[in-house]
Amino acid sequence: MKVAIVTGAGRGIGRCIAEALAKANYSLVLNYRKNEDELKAFVDEIGADALLVKGDVSSFEDAEHLAKAAFDHFGRIDLLVNNAGITKDTLLVRMSEEDFDAVNNTNLKGTFNCTKHVAKIMFKQRFGSIVNISSVVGISGNIGQANYAASKAGVIGFTKAVARELAPRGVRVNAVAPGFIATHMTDVIDETVKQATLSNIPMGKFGEAEDVANLVVFLASEQAKYITGQVVQVDGGMAM
Amino acid sequence: MSFEKVKLILVEELDLDAEEVTLESKIKEDLGADSLDMVDLIMSIEDEFDIKVAESDAASIKTVGDIVTYIENYNA
Repeated sequence: MKVAIVTGAGRGIGRCIAEALAKANYSLVLNYRKNEDELKAFVDEIGADALLVKGDVSSFEDAEHLAKAAFDHFGRIDLLVNNAGITKDTLLVRMSEEDFDAVNNTNLKGTFNCTKHVAKIMFKQRFGSIVNISSVVGISGNIGQANYAASKAGVIGFTKAVARELAPRGVRVNAVAPGFIATHMTDVIDETVKQATLSNIPMGKFGEAEDVANLVVFLASEQAKYITGQVVQVDGGMAM
Repeated sequence: MSFEKVKLILVEELDLDAEEVTLESKIKEDLGADSLDMVDLIMSIEDEFDIKVAESDAASIKTVGDIVTYIENYNA
């Protein structure tokens, strides 16, 4: 049995990752903040062996509880997917300090919080894999997303540093950088902006959550056993 | 006594014979720990004794006796 923790599994890419991991025979520890009933129904529907742990990854204590609950329940952790993320888009000159902090607290600090507590366990186990969900925006930037871009670029630097630290203990750490993936997070984007974005994607279409989930499953698998510290883009060629 | 517990942790983590571990043993030189083993060891000590070893203190721990002294002073 393999055990995976997915943060922000309540909906969107996180939920899709959870589903793909269940198909790949992982037992799941699903962190969520809202939409509990919906998530429970989803777990029942896919028939996954799952432990649901409510919590806010931006809280150091919640993250500690998540790692502990997972290990106490399953006795091992094979994979951590730091997926929980939020946006608060607006132009820099209009961006409040709160907008900046909220996005960085969840996206970057949340990744630190969960990785710190889970890495401690993996360090002892001498195996494990961590996949951090970054964004193509963290590589190339995007208008109206100074906070989000900073947090996702931060995740990339964090991934590389931690990959170096954990490699001698057999723990691999990689990042996935999705481009424009059709989810609730991108639903809110203005139609004209969507069309403009589309013209910058060589493949001429938006990605699906499944495209990201498939890569996460691969990076976590034995097939990727010599891959660490990498940032892999799933973006239809948007940033090259 | 702290020494016995510390010895058990060292034996387990560094795959040693119990007789090899004395208060005077240098953890790196005599017991063969590398720097990652040291981090591992400190984490185990923290969990076992429910203490927090500050980074600056961790660097000064060289021998098994240093660990035992640290734990005993911590609780004092």
